[in-house]
Amino acid sequence: MLQRDYTTSQLDVLEAEAIHIMREVAAEFERPCLLFSGGKDSIVMLRIAEKAFWPAPIPFPLMHVDTGHNFPEVIEFRDRRADELSARLVVASVQDSIDSGRVSEETGRRASRNRLQTTTLLDAIEEHEFDAVFGGARRDEEKARAKERVFSFRDDFGQWDPKNQRPELWNLYNSKIRKGEHIRVFPLSNWTELDIWDYIRREGIEIPSIYFSHTRTVFERDGMLLPDAEVVRRGEDEPLFEAVVRYRTVGDMTCTGAVASTAATVEEIIEEIAVTRLTERGATRADDRASEAAMEDRKKEGYF
Amino acid sequence: MDILRFATAGSVDDGKSTLIGRLLFDSKAIFEDQLEAVERTSRDRGTEYTDLSLLTDGLRAEREQGITIDVAYRYFATPKRKFIIADTPGHIQYTRNMVTGASTADLAIILIDARKGVLEQSRRHAFLTTLLRVPHLVLAVNKMDLVDYAEERFEEIREEFTAFASKLNAADLTFIPISALHGDNVVSRSESMPWYQGTSLLHHLENVHIASDRNLVDVRFPVQYVIRPHSATSQELHDYRGYAGQVAGGVLKPGDEVTHLPSGLTTRIAAIDTFDGPVEEAFPPMSVTLRLEDDIDISRGDLICRPHNQPSVAQELDAMVCWMADSVKLQPRSKLIIKHTTRTARALVRDLQYRLDVNTLHRDEAATSLGLNEIGRVSLRITQPLFVDDYSRNRLTGGFILIDEATNGTVGAGMIVDAR
Repeated sequence: MLQRDYTTSQLDVLEAEAIHIMREVAAEFERPCLLFSGGKDSIVMLRIAEKAFWPAPIPFPLMHVDTGHNFPEVIEFRDRRADELSARLVVASVQDSIDSGRVSEETGRRASRNRLQTTTLLDAIEEHEFDAVFGGARRDEEKARAKERVFSFRDDFGQWDPKNQRPELWNLYNSKIRKGEHIRVFPLSNWTELDIWDYIRREGIEIPSIYFSHTRTVFERDGMLLPDAEVVRRGEDEPLFEAVVRYRTVGDMTCTGAVASTAATVEEIIEEIAVTRLTERGATRADDRASEAAMEDRKKEGYF
Repeated sequence: MDILRFATAGSVDDGKSTLIGRLLFDSKAIFEDQLEAVERTSRDRGTEYTDLSLLTDGLRAEREQGITIDVAYRYFATPKRKFIIADTPGHIQYTRNMVTGASTADLAIILIDARKGVLEQSRRHAFLTTLLRVPHLVLAVNKMDLVDYAEERFEEIREEFTAFASKLNAADLTFIPISALHGDNVVSRSESMPWYQGTSLLHHLENVHIASDRNLVDVRFPVQYVIRPHSATSQELHDYRGYAGQVAGGVLKPGDEVTHLPSGLTTRIAAIDTFDGPVEEAFPPMSVTLRLEDDIDISRGDLICRPHNQPSVAQELDAMVCWMADSVKLQPRSKLIIKHTTRTARALVRDLQYRLDVNTLHRDEAATSLGLNEIGRVSLRITQPLFVDDYSRNRLTGGFILIDEATNGTVGAGMIVDAR
């Protein structure tokens, strides 16, 4: 008799795990929301949410913390995607936090709103009384994230305590919290950058155009290519030039670097990543370069 | 390409970080910027060699104290498989972290220093791996270069460990002589040990058969979430009622006769739905949505199984419990929250039958409590029935966590050994 082989492909295993996590949250929390930035990880997370509850609509709103310094292509994509899914999109604005005096703008050439996002995010979580917040972070991205739980507990102040995390066994997640506390949930914890791209290819998922190779006016700072844009402060010693680039990650224009690339299709991007010798955050994120523990410090304060 | 999840046990002294570093490095999962950061930190600290443990010890406190605090997950892939490493620390909070890492592992690697042989901690690692029912165990006898690649030394260790493992009823056991430092038998076969006829460690990781480790016999479908679109515009969707969950055991097919617990009512599977269309069968670890032929009142926490193969419906459980909290102890009359599959209930500790010494396997029946990192056999009474199997038969329907009602912390992990 022919024995059926019940081997499951890596993407199917990861997808099944992520769907399980999403349903667990929908079943056990009162007011979840999903952080959707229009970046590739949150796009994949949104597709998983679509799958988890089909044929019913996604049973929670989407939220974007908008720094006002995002790439216009990405904002356009964000709004269109939310529309297609008839999803409610909550936009929490860093500009509003600045205008209301909750935070003050950094000054100088390297000013970024990256760190200010944390206050805006935590204020929005409190205002909307969200008790579970889905994020698209992956453990392979950064060493502090490698230690973070799938259900990551946050206290009243939104803080993460890496030394006092709840053990996570089997597929059992502890969702018990008190009022005012919340859980950050990372359904893509076990995915790698390559898994994300393989999945985008397999599912035929649309992504913003800036992920693909294009010609852009840029300048160089710390070995990174930053875009010529009104919000990015450029010194006279930082001349502009045209380059053929794409983005490996999508964040603020002020701190997200482009990489020189001619990859114009998902297949070409996968080929490029397979041979790259730099991590995606190492190659493109000024915010992680501040120190060895830059991510851990921001996460403790309540960052994504 | 499938996924192999494995846990590594051993301390820095056994060369664990060196081994993981080598697996990551040789499979190109370490990037230049990561390596540069590690080299920079090693230099700043005055370490003469590049300390690869810095790759996994990501937290500030870990770097400052030079210890591993928590389970770190690492990822690499070869053309054959994707690998998830649960790297568990050797010293601090050992039991708790190893139990956590082993709970989802398909395989565990226990490192032994060839000069030191089978130590107390090797026995402890083997016991925990067996307790958690990790299906495959690899004894990596490391530092073979320091014993002149001697076959006799390797055989001595193999015999000693095999004798011990037979008492544990250990899983599939493989012995590999390696030198993580020099790369012998890690990625490719070593030329220094022509007497060794087996495969390299990586080759073993790539080829060990894991698909049949999952329980494909006993159908177990814990209902996780009920999908009811309530669509006003589509009549078909208006009446749609699907039971979503992740298959915990067995193979389900449309047309199969199934029983719902706790009601005991029997019906048939009308369809197995997914976003990508209906499927002809569902098995672990698939997340699917079942539609049933009859209207039965089903909610989260219920279970769907086959009429002639049902789990125990139990409110009295005996389980091996690993205690994970330092703030409180487990003792008779403790009241806790229990989460088992998709059901959450309250549990009362009726009795601590014994506490187990994980080093000697001695059972202390006079023990009156379990503290942090201690393991014992515990009798629990549950406020409502749970649908359980012995942990040895199914890790998903046999495992549970315990939550402290006061702090909401996860304070224990249990493996069911008997149910009534």
